[in-house]
Amino acid sequence: MLKLEKRASPSTFWTWAAPVVAVALTMVVGGLMFAALGKNPFVAIRTIFWDPLFGEFAFYFRGQLLVKAAPVILIAVGLSLGFRAGIWNIGAEGQYIMGALFGGGVGLAFYPAEHWFIFPLCILAAALGGWLWGMIPAILKVRFRTNEILVSLLLVYVAQAFLASMSLGLLKNPEGQGFPGSRSLAQYPATANPELIAGTGIHWGVIAAAVVVLLTWVLLDRHILGFQIKLAGQAPRAARFAGVSPSRLVLLCMGVSGALAGLAGFFEVAGPAGQIKIGFNVGYGFSAIIVAFLGRLSPLGILLAGLLMALTYVGGENASTNLGLPSAAIQAFQGMLLFFLLAVDMFTNYRLRLVRRRVA
Amino acid sequence: MLRIEGVTKAYPGVVANSDVSFSIAPGEVHALLGENGAGKSTLVKMIYGLVKPDSGSMRFRGATYAPAQPSAARALGVAMVFQHFSLFEALNVAENVALGMENPPPMAELASRIRQVSEEYGLPLDPGRMVGDLSAGERQRVEIVRCLLQDPKLLIMDEPTSVLTPQEVGILFRTLRQLSAEGTAILYISHKLEEIRALCDGATILRRGKVVGTCTPREVSAREMAEMMVGQTLTPPERAPRRDWGDAVPALQVKALSVASPIPFGTSLKEIGFDVGRGEILGIAGVAGNGQDELLLALSGELRTAPGMVVAAGVPLGAAGPNERRRAGFVAAPEDRLGHAAAPDMSLVENAFLSGAIRKRLTRKGFIDRAATRAFAEQIVKDYDVRTPGTWVAARALSGGNLQKFVVGRELSQDPQIILINQPTWGVDAAAAAAIRQAILDRAESGAAVVVISQDLDELLEIADSFAVLNEGRLTVPRPVQGLSVDEIGLMMGGAHGAEAAHA
Amino acid sequence: MLGGIDPVVLIAALMVASVPILLAAIGELVVEKAGVLNLGVEGMMIMGAICGFATAVSTGSVWLGFVGGALGGAGLSLIFAFLTQIMLANQTATGLALTLFGLGFSSLIGQGYGGMKPPPIGPVPFGPLADLPVLGKILFSHDPMVYVSIAVVAATAWFLKKTRKGLILKAVGENHDAAHALGYKVVRIRVLAILFGGALAGLGGSYVSLVRVPQWTDGITAGAGWIALAIVVFGSWKPWRVLLGAWLFGGITVLQLNMQAAGSWLPVQYLSMSPYLITILVLVVMSADRSRAAMNAPAALGKNFQASR
Repeated sequence: MLKLEKRASPSTFWTWAAPVVAVALTMVVGGLMFAALGKNPFVAIRTIFWDPLFGEFAFYFRGQLLVKAAPVILIAVGLSLGFRAGIWNIGAEGQYIMGALFGGGVGLAFYPAEHWFIFPLCILAAALGGWLWGMIPAILKVRFRTNEILVSLLLVYVAQAFLASMSLGLLKNPEGQGFPGSRSLAQYPATANPELIAGTGIHWGVIAAAVVVLLTWVLLDRHILGFQIKLAGQAPRAARFAGVSPSRLVLLCMGVSGALAGLAGFFEVAGPAGQIKIGFNVGYGFSAIIVAFLGRLSPLGILLAGLLMALTYVGGENASTNLGLPSAAIQAFQGMLLFFLLAVDMFTNYRLRLVRRRVA
Repeated sequence: MLRIEGVTKAYPGVVANSDVSFSIAPGEVHALLGENGAGKSTLVKMIYGLVKPDSGSMRFRGATYAPAQPSAARALGVAMVFQHFSLFEALNVAENVALGMENPPPMAELASRIRQVSEEYGLPLDPGRMVGDLSAGERQRVEIVRCLLQDPKLLIMDEPTSVLTPQEVGILFRTLRQLSAEGTAILYISHKLEEIRALCDGATILRRGKVVGTCTPREVSAREMAEMMVGQTLTPPERAPRRDWGDAVPALQVKALSVASPIPFGTSLKEIGFDVGRGEILGIAGVAGNGQDELLLALSGELRTAPGMVVAAGVPLGAAGPNERRRAGFVAAPEDRLGHAAAPDMSLVENAFLSGAIRKRLTRKGFIDRAATRAFAEQIVKDYDVRTPGTWVAARALSGGNLQKFVVGRELSQDPQIILINQPTWGVDAAAAAAIRQAILDRAESGAAVVVISQDLDELLEIADSFAVLNEGRLTVPRPVQGLSVDEIGLMMGGAHGAEAAHA
Repeated sequence: MLGGIDPVVLIAALMVASVPILLAAIGELVVEKAGVLNLGVEGMMIMGAICGFATAVSTGSVWLGFVGGALGGAGLSLIFAFLTQIMLANQTATGLALTLFGLGFSSLIGQGYGGMKPPPIGPVPFGPLADLPVLGKILFSHDPMVYVSIAVVAATAWFLKKTRKGLILKAVGENHDAAHALGYKVVRIRVLAILFGGALAGLGGSYVSLVRVPQWTDGITAGAGWIALAIVVFGSWKPWRVLLGAWLFGGITVLQLNMQAAGSWLPVQYLSMSPYLITILVLVVMSADRSRAAMNAPAALGKNFQASR
């Protein structure tokens, strides 16, 4: 008979092996899913995971990789701080939208002026927008103990409606022949977030993501604030004993994750997406949740997990054009990845033992 | 009635019971005696069907007995009152009783039977009350009545008196004697020797999972039993005569401290007041759940009050948080070591940082000084004889006693002026407990003001200079320990519900 | 502001509009009473919506569609039960994974079902009762699922309050260690509760795609699962109050839809925000009352259980 037994200390091996095993299992089961859809599973897996990196058109896909990874990593790093502290910001998608609206809105207010300070100002406004949207659930939690999971998530729907209203109203392109959506931010030099080195996909968002990963790593590993965040998540009562104010942490973590999501939103509308329009947000805020867990809530892990997630996006598009694989399959695939990770994760804290039943 | 032969149960790394045998006759009150970790709990869990033995056999009322689960044990007439109550706070008394029965009658009938049985045995209970609102003594009555309603042949009681006042213990013993006179066998688990001498007909003594002796408690002295149980002779802590520090203001003053409990179903503190001077140890006794946790929270700063309610060396600190108080010389060791005093999944180094960061200056501009932190953890492990493979292991990997030594050591090594400790030696083996008590005395001698909250009266009388009792959130006026009689202590601890029950 | 909206029609419509979240919320209530927090309601609802839709379209029976929906929701909840109860995974994370997976997987199954019409469902024939003024419209003009959902509320209330099994379920949610010590099968009871919650969420989801809309589009449940979770808090874990909460929410939804149709001075987008904003407001009001929120929530909610030695 198999029995679970708690390990004395969490296993370091499994902490890092779990994501790898989860990815492998997802490929196997995902392959079965593709087979059920009538596709050759080996071709499908190769199209998603191999071709974008080493295939014929890799030169194009490799750049796309960073473009997709940057926002997801930026958001996931912010979320991971909260998740570590037991604060569940699920509404990054909404904060992402609000950042785009604030940043883009400020930029468009200057149109068609050209000043060096417009772009930095947009970045600040975007962070502010995301921060504000994240502070709503934070303040409600601190003040009224309202569940932040529900509030932050419900605010995504509010933000989406707000985005629709802005695309159709205030921010609508006056020269857009009635089509919804703003003026192009990418073609307005003062706000554009261009590819900095041709062919690499590197834009300002990629640089921001790299800087944030580095800063967060230092914070968590070396700084007392990082210690407090970890402590609050693992043992809330011990955190209070150590003098950590739970309210302060909620405001901090929700605020930081909101601001980072807001930044990601602006870099997206000013670069890859190009303009503010209904549906410019493609769910990075939700994928970031998966990435945060897959990366073990650690900045460097998130960096790797974000690149992997970007690969599924890019590869998914590739599979959709070349194999006619529905794009929804990739979403299901990503969800599956999280399932397997959660299941395999058990081995970090428990070990399976074969117990022989003896007759008494 | 019950015969146990050669029962063995091993867990990975520990042999909880090794070849244990004993038997109980009908109507006998039999004691199972041993220190924490001697294997008493595992043994009774096997009798109650919660754990299966690896080998050995049990016979109950003449037939082979191997209960697959507690309901099977209950069906055969075995009932158990747990040490940590198996009660549901948000449910009422009748519902709690119903959950412990195989085929409970309808609620109205059950309620009247609860009233009837509880009066018959002198344990008054209101079936409609929420369990969360009951005192510890009343909760135990719920458990006992639940057992009695099933007409048990064998009643197991696991450390029943640890939560009772002396008066309540008297009531419980009368009930148990009445039951034994009616022919019910009682298996009584305890490490309190005088109780066993007063109540039990026979005793089996366990040490490290093995039977090390049997005796008739009335015929041997408590000392003889203690030596069998512990297996070594113990030295009481040394005490130097107290020095007069000649302070104008006491090191710690608590004035009219009243605060609502932050814990659901907790006890609010009401008008608590006391002074503790340098070098003085104030012992606070009382039955669990009378505001001990809340008092420690209010003193350590986790629960904030009006500034003037807690004053250290003349400085009002009632509104200050834990770290501000640490800067003012406070250290605190809460009762719950795993989860409150220490983070279970963090290493000993991180746990040393947890409360030591301020007084040991382990940060520089917010950045953690790792070398200093590791040195601090290593020093605690060395000075307090914490048995661990190293300071990198997670706190949860340490045994209870070793973790307690680490936690107490961490606080006492911070050169404190004011020390607050709740249950310093709970669940710690005798040798370690003696070491912890000695460390507290040493700190007091070097000038710290100490508040020790404990449910172990013997411990308090051994180390404290003055003594007070916490009862339903109120504190009695502290009195010098010297010259205090056991009767006086009983009266201080009595409180209202004990006296009322005694009349019923 | 109510100009042009008949209150009788409004009440009748809100009873229909509230069915999906009512069913999902009652299911989640039972799950939470057992001490489990399943945040995957949205995912289970949308799986119910597509499974129900697909079943109904391919069999031509709306009733088999509801059964399919319930099975779809329960099937997804089985994954949750396995991960949290057997593999001891974090309940919050697993619930989220359920929703993310459900959204993706449902749209995968839903390929090719866009634009189809499910078989219709008629009102229960109450005969002359339906023609009564006012009451007939409010009480006797609905499809059978409206009555089924109210019956589910009544049955759940009875089960939790009056039966021994209900008492055991509450005990498990209150203190799983004590329940285990008394010999109750904590994991088994929780798994059953999770499956029940999944089935009801799936049923609620299928009502969206089969009756409310009725057709299949991606993301059709549009946050209803999250609102159901909020309504459990609003109802302070009491079935009849959950019904009240569902009706309140149904009323707002219907009202804002009517105002959109009537051409309100407020832009459409702001009206469609209103149900979410009001849900947040309600959550704030409920949780601001410290004592009540703390007392009614099951004490072991969201904590995993593993039998110790």
